[in-house]
Amino acid sequence: MPCVKIDKERCKGCELCTFACHQHVLGMSKELNTKGYFPALVERGPRCIGCRMCAVMCPDVAIEIGIHGVQYNLYEY
Amino acid sequence: MRTIFEKPDALTDKITHYCPGCTHGVIHRLVAESLDELGLRERTVGIAPVGCAVLAYHYFNTDFQEAAHGRAAALATGAKRVRPDLILFTYQGDGDLASIGMAETIHACNRGEKITTIFVNNAVYGMTGGQMAPTTMPGQVTTTSPAGRDVAECGQPIRMAEVLSQIKTPGYIARVAVHTPAHIVKAKRCIKQAFKYQAEGRCYSLVECLSTCPTNWGMTPIESIKWVEETMMPYYPLGVKRTPDEGEGG
Repeated sequence: MPCVKIDKERCKGCELCTFACHQHVLGMSKELNTKGYFPALVERGPRCIGCRMCAVMCPDVAIEIGIHGVQYNLYEY
Repeated sequence: MRTIFEKPDALTDKITHYCPGCTHGVIHRLVAESLDELGLRERTVGIAPVGCAVLAYHYFNTDFQEAAHGRAAALATGAKRVRPDLILFTYQGDGDLASIGMAETIHACNRGEKITTIFVNNAVYGMTGGQMAPTTMPGQVTTTSPAGRDVAECGQPIRMAEVLSQIKTPGYIARVAVHTPAHIVKAKRCIKQAFKYQAEGRCYSLVECLSTCPTNWGMTPIESIKWVEETMMPYYPLGVKRTPDEGEGG
């Protein structure tokens, strides 16, 4: 079971992760962070398949992904 | 819980100053991950350019030196010749490398200096406010070409990877893009290969990365990704242009 953690202070709200996520797990927050951006947040966590595409796309390294149990790597990174 | 993706050790905790959606951050991460995976971080010296990445020394957890505008390849040459055991990489934009630093880059490549250049091509001068660069696309509106780049007056955009792949000295020249996860994964392989060639002391290596500049292009990050795909990629074909095994250029 994958677990996506978004560091909302690092996030600049560019929305590239929501574009990269094919499972539509991520959405944008309606609250500002301290820099004044609307950060991304996990809206539908249980849909996540742990493909890491959001984290690979994120220019600000704001996303960390952990997993419980066994995870099949869909591609080599 | 096991972590399958986290910030590489070769990047510091500092939040970058890049605009939202700028893919400089992705390229920083790819370089950092490559250095970590090859175990080169402790003996790496980066050369920062003048341009958006001028503050790169805040973000990489390696030694760093700041070069005068365009002179990163010359500085890297000096450092590498004095200390051949170090891993030298320069991180340059298109205004820095393709314009004022053209001579240094071509001659460093021609001499076959054992350095790695990461060339970030975003078709515009980013830091100074979006002026026309040598790599600006025909018809692209910038602050110094408000009617679009006129190729009759300014010439065609320079394809640096192709220019350098004509040189006969063995080298590794590749062009990658970093606008989608699939291309980022491929880009990482090329960047890692470039550092591997340097660590083996084999050749000069340059990886050109097609990047985005949403602020100066006047687009949202997602629109700028589409612009790279539709406008830049047909003109700047991706792929490995030359490897040291081929010997001959072209």
